[in-house]
Amino acid sequence: MASPETGQRLLLQGNEAVVHGALAAGCRFFAGYPITPASEISELLSVMLPKVGGTFIQMEDEIASMGAIIGASLAGVKSMTATSGPGFSLMQENLGYACITEVPCVVVNVMRGGPSTGLPTNVSQGDVLMARWGTHGDHPIIVLAVSSVADCFSITVRAFNLSEKYRVPVILLSDEVVAHTRECVVLPSQDKIRVVDRIAPSVPPEWYKPYADNNRGVPDMASFGEGYRHHVTGLVHDERGYPTQQPKEIESFLMRLHDKITKGFSEIMITKTQMMEDADVCVIAYGCVSRAAMQAIKMARAHGIKAGMLQLITLFPFPRKAVDAALRQCSAAIVPELNLGQMAREINRVNQTGTRVVKYNRIDGQMITPDEILKQILGVS
Amino acid sequence: MNSEPRYEIRFSGSGGQGIITAAVVLADAVGTLDGKYVCQTQSYGPEARGGKSKAEVVMCAEPIDYPKAMQIDLLLSMTQASCDAYFFDIKPDGLLVVDAGLVEQLPTSRAVAIPFTKIARKEIGRELVANMVALGAIGYLSGQVNLKNLEKTLLSRVPKGTENMNRDALQAGIDEAKKVDLASLPRSFANEWEAEV
Repeated sequence: MASPETGQRLLLQGNEAVVHGALAAGCRFFAGYPITPASEISELLSVMLPKVGGTFIQMEDEIASMGAIIGASLAGVKSMTATSGPGFSLMQENLGYACITEVPCVVVNVMRGGPSTGLPTNVSQGDVLMARWGTHGDHPIIVLAVSSVADCFSITVRAFNLSEKYRVPVILLSDEVVAHTRECVVLPSQDKIRVVDRIAPSVPPEWYKPYADNNRGVPDMASFGEGYRHHVTGLVHDERGYPTQQPKEIESFLMRLHDKITKGFSEIMITKTQMMEDADVCVIAYGCVSRAAMQAIKMARAHGIKAGMLQLITLFPFPRKAVDAALRQCSAAIVPELNLGQMAREINRVNQTGTRVVKYNRIDGQMITPDEILKQILGVS
Repeated sequence: MNSEPRYEIRFSGSGGQGIITAAVVLADAVGTLDGKYVCQTQSYGPEARGGKSKAEVVMCAEPIDYPKAMQIDLLLSMTQASCDAYFFDIKPDGLLVVDAGLVEQLPTSRAVAIPFTKIARKEIGRELVANMVALGAIGYLSGQVNLKNLEKTLLSRVPKGTENMNRDALQAGIDEAKKVDLASLPRSFANEWEAEV
């Protein structure tokens, strides 16, 4: 069992809960480079991983960290790295490599103020679009955002499961506030946790085609060292894994990469609604800001305003259906963010009903308070 | 404005006084043993070394949405600078608790001054545990934590060999706080005044 503390009520930081979630999901390899405000993840894993037969490596930088987790995952071990904005920038090249070679892995980005070294100890949500589009080329990726210590455990497990099932890197976006807030959680025992593993080939090694399509759109994945010899390349490749320039093969390969995610939309899109049944005004938020938003909604309800909450846990693929439903129902939507409106832009993109979308942004390294959001709600009511 | 029974404590002082440790012990006792919902946050930055240090514990019988303090019920200040900086969002009927030897100018008459550092030095023999003397005092004065649970949590979190010193410090704080007559403090009329307006 990964965590001896399961079943007990524990006071944990968000970063510590990510570690427990990763171990529960079966993560047995971590490579990383320390960075504020993500360092606690490395610290705790360096203690915990050896206890469960896993491997922890502090690499020379984030480029190498990303490379190491891809290699470990190809060898059949569930792998993770954790960083913050500056390190996440360095990981983008190899992140693209993981996308095109369809190597499952989880990358935690605990967001701090940017750009560049920016504000190491301050909260931000500035990396949202970077998580989606940071690496070049049309690529599939899944981005999840956590808002509480309990989330940090359960969504980390989900991140691993989605990554394994769809053979795609999953970005777990945390932020300085969620990462360092301590809350009580009861970690579920291992038998209560649903763990998904990649599907291994059922054919003998000589028949194995590492990138052959199937009805799931996700090729079976053989671990290196088990006799299934195959070629892995960042070049666009055919179903045997060798580089191809054939237009037909190129298109069908790239379309499969995207279609495998589209096929899983209903499972991948995770959103949460609260008090939306009769809402006229909604707040659409994610990460730590959704905590302030929920408080503001309760304050607004005390003022007699029918306010509701749509919390986005999956940020990408963009949960269009849930956002569309909220925009159709409400006369106005408030989108508070610790950036200059990165998700508000996405929300406006799918806004077909002309619903008023009001951005509320803070980029001074401080949390948005419930009072500030309440003011916005009162402004549109 | 909020109907839920939310209680907010802010610990403040200077880096090195053990402000964050005290907050974590309180949050752990209230959350894990008393079974309430808690959120513990802290100022997190380069200024936390030697400069002002701040930690907050929000507790509630219901799940907590906003994890940081909004209006402080109890402010602990272990230095004058932190008292001046963090007093501004205390509730009108909130309580200020200060280290009597280190905070001389009180911004409110609803204040309790106890010489935590002096007690730690004279009664326990180590200034180091002034934070635990203060923790005992605010544990008692806030009435928000089971004091047995507070001691149990403290003992589970301190380094081996320092249990007795920490237990004595906590108890010294509780004993000192018991001498305080909260009813004798002036009452705030702010709420009644607001109601009239």
